[in-house]
Amino acid sequence: MTPQIMSILGAVIAVSFGAIGPALAEGRAVAAAMDAIARQPESAGTLSRTLFVGLAMIETMAIYCLVIALLVLFANPFIG
Amino acid sequence: MEGNPLSALVLFHIGPVPITKPVVTTWAIMGLLVLVSWLGLRRASVEPTALQSALEIVVDAVRDQIEAIIQRDAWTYVPLLATLFIFLVVANVSAILPDVQPPTGHIETPAALAAIVFLSVHFFGIKRRGLWPYLRHYTQPSVILTPLNILSEITRTFSLMVRLFGNMMSHEFVLAIVVFLAGLLVPIPFMVLGVLIGIIQAYIFTVLAAVFIGAAVGSVEA
Repeated sequence: MTPQIMSILGAVIAVSFGAIGPALAEGRAVAAAMDAIARQPESAGTLSRTLFVGLAMIETMAIYCLVIALLVLFANPFIG
Repeated sequence: MEGNPLSALVLFHIGPVPITKPVVTTWAIMGLLVLVSWLGLRRASVEPTALQSALEIVVDAVRDQIEAIIQRDAWTYVPLLATLFIFLVVANVSAILPDVQPPTGHIETPAALAAIVFLSVHFFGIKRRGLWPYLRHYTQPSVILTPLNILSEITRTFSLMVRLFGNMMSHEFVLAIVVFLAGLLVPIPFMVLGVLIGIIQAYIFTVLAAVFIGAAVGSVEA
């Protein structure tokens, strides 16, 4: 297996498995926020702002995987 | 869409400094924003023109949002945060113009914006609280947590940068792949989604910057 094939595999595995956790977490966060807005529609403004900030925090994990994949593909120190 | 998202196309050189395409796009956006503001506020009056009313509505909406986050007089922070927001919206949405790539889709622009946010957080924090009380908040709630507080200061700036870059760049990739697979007209719904993503990312960047500044001046927890 050449280093190129290995880095492509590494990037694929990083993104695909790294997307699972944040996807589940974001789904739960949005579901909880929907629930809360359905109960108290008057607090929708505060809730959605907090939701956005929280989603951004969760999403960071997936973006770290993306960064690793990009580094492996385009800035790999082990390939020439 | 160039091959490597981590390096930008160099258009020309000024002396030894290479000028890349994102930099030229940024200059164009800056010029556009200055021109619109100048046209709208050239003869500012109590009975505003249509453009002046539009600009005032935008600034007022941003100020309301920032005041809801920082929970004190927002006008100190509005010039920085509203400029960030308006610039980011225009930069992210500029992707729908033909042959324009959003400057936020290359790592340098988000890095510069995140550095501005990082420095202004400390600036506002020290200005508001004084040097020693500001430094002392790193030892809250316990002295043992000081290294973690400093580490989180660095990682949150890094993730601010990478979030914007990752979202804008990956959307460019998705568009390129859809064009490659499906051809004409099919990418249009994806481009509409790109407008939504761009505005949401601009909003998230500004809200997070406001939350960080709010935490530094001591009105919200972050």
